[in-house]
Amino acid sequence: MSQPPSSRLRLHSPELGATAVSAPKQRRWTVVALTAPAYLWLAVTVLLPLSAMLFFSFLTVAPFGLETPALTFANYLDFIHEDFLQTLTERSLMLGVWVTLCCLLLGFPAALALAKHVKGRWREALFLLIVLPFWSNALVRIFSWTMVLRENGMIDRLIHDVLPGAPHLDLLFTYWAVVIGVVHSYLPYVILTCYISLQAIDDSLLEAARSLGAPGYKVFLRIILPLSMPGIFAGTILVFVPVIGSFMEPRILGGPRSFMLGNVIEDQFTVVFNWPLGAALSFILLAIVMLVLAACYPFLRKHLQNAT
Amino acid sequence: MNRLWSFSLRCYLGLVLGFLYVPIAVMIIMAFNRSPLYELPVVWSTIWFENLPLNQRLIDASINSVALATANMVVATVLGTMAAFAFARYEFRGKTLLQLLLFPPITIPWLIIGTSMLVFFFWVGIGRGLHSLLLGHVALSLPYVIVVVGARLKSFGPIYEEAAATLGATPRQSFFRVTLPLMAPGVVAAGLFAFAISFDQFVISYFLAPPGETTLPVEIYSAIRKGFTPEVNAISTIIIVVSMGLMLLFARFYKFGGER
Repeated sequence: MSQPPSSRLRLHSPELGATAVSAPKQRRWTVVALTAPAYLWLAVTVLLPLSAMLFFSFLTVAPFGLETPALTFANYLDFIHEDFLQTLTERSLMLGVWVTLCCLLLGFPAALALAKHVKGRWREALFLLIVLPFWSNALVRIFSWTMVLRENGMIDRLIHDVLPGAPHLDLLFTYWAVVIGVVHSYLPYVILTCYISLQAIDDSLLEAARSLGAPGYKVFLRIILPLSMPGIFAGTILVFVPVIGSFMEPRILGGPRSFMLGNVIEDQFTVVFNWPLGAALSFILLAIVMLVLAACYPFLRKHLQNAT
Repeated sequence: MNRLWSFSLRCYLGLVLGFLYVPIAVMIIMAFNRSPLYELPVVWSTIWFENLPLNQRLIDASINSVALATANMVVATVLGTMAAFAFARYEFRGKTLLQLLLFPPITIPWLIIGTSMLVFFFWVGIGRGLHSLLLGHVALSLPYVIVVVGARLKSFGPIYEEAAATLGATPRQSFFRVTLPLMAPGVVAAGLFAFAISFDQFVISYFLAPPGETTLPVEIYSAIRKGFTPEVNAISTIIIVVSMGLMLLFARFYKFGGER
């Protein structure tokens, strides 16, 4: 595509005039050609599969075997009748709530420190350090916690080095082990989203408030907190949604006593092969997620328009 | 008072960073620990690194992971950049709807996306395998690529392209000689992001990978469930060292921390 240099200097070329005349039609085709590949891809991989799964959730058996499937509500009724499924759902939901709260309480002050109390190259370096754990495998990070939390693991040994007579501490295969591991996995997301909104707050706003006599806590409550709301909301969604669907972390850190809804869904597809029940449970989980997202929709919408 | 507050906040940040690095430090230490049962105290040894080339399953899975992440990076970056360009430079009906449609892959738990892909791919005959993994990984990466490239495109207006058009450049010339160089940092960042998403993706791969055609995270999961992982620690240590190098390279292309 090498053009003689003179062509770049030509003003009001005939081609330019031509594109201006047929612009609307040509533009429509350009837009279609640019967006169609990405959206066809998403249709085949997200929209159609979700529709297929919704259909499956109303079947008696998956349409692969010898039995002919029939339409039924039985899979959803199972959920209503089986108490243990509801208990597991509640447990997944509570895990999401606890982990999100812990991440916000731990992450927000860290983001504030990074955005407003660290300067220059130090900030860049610390930022890199927060992003870096993303590059190690999530499974390995979760598994490493088993070596820390188990009896005779690192925490237990540390306690015994300090207090030789202390009783043994075995946190592994408890609910709290799951919370610690999952909070650790998702904390960087919250720090990042909060950091992005905090960093956008103009320092002169804070100086103005202080010079007008506002005490520190008032500056925080009236300026910093409201202006960082988008980051807090984005962080909440980024944590809450995957956590209530988590199954790998409860299996590795929580053991059989801490199973969640995610584990039952996983088993329906990989062990029990009751795909219709798995599909129905997935849609119940999805409905919970959608309710939460609907509550956050106004904030999401604002974000979306800023992002793209 | 203010200074003390600032100082304690910074100390707190240090503590949080320490917490973030606990499992990574443990992983690296255990990779050099001779005991396969992670017994303490640590007896230093490089035996797990020496054994690594003999573990054919782990090696095959690593090769699959790198190949898949690379293919995912190319496909997702090209398709995503095209869509981001359309969003940033054209007004059209249905744009808001299309932008909203980017959210399902982010806001639906991977567990549900993964199982629904398994159901659908089985049903229509796409089946499981590396090709269906690529389908899934690109779908997850696309929204991120579109947002990252879109943010970069928004940071400079269409004035440069308008100037190019005024000077007689065809749309194609203007795209390749003006727009592409200007948005290159965003495209590079998005590409690396897509690579990382695919390389670390476990949930979707777990449901779509058939036995014998796995990726590294799936192989690690089965090793953990069997309870024997010192070689996994060794390979993870290698990966984090390599990605640290990549990050530093990345930092040269892309300014971190958002300071303009």
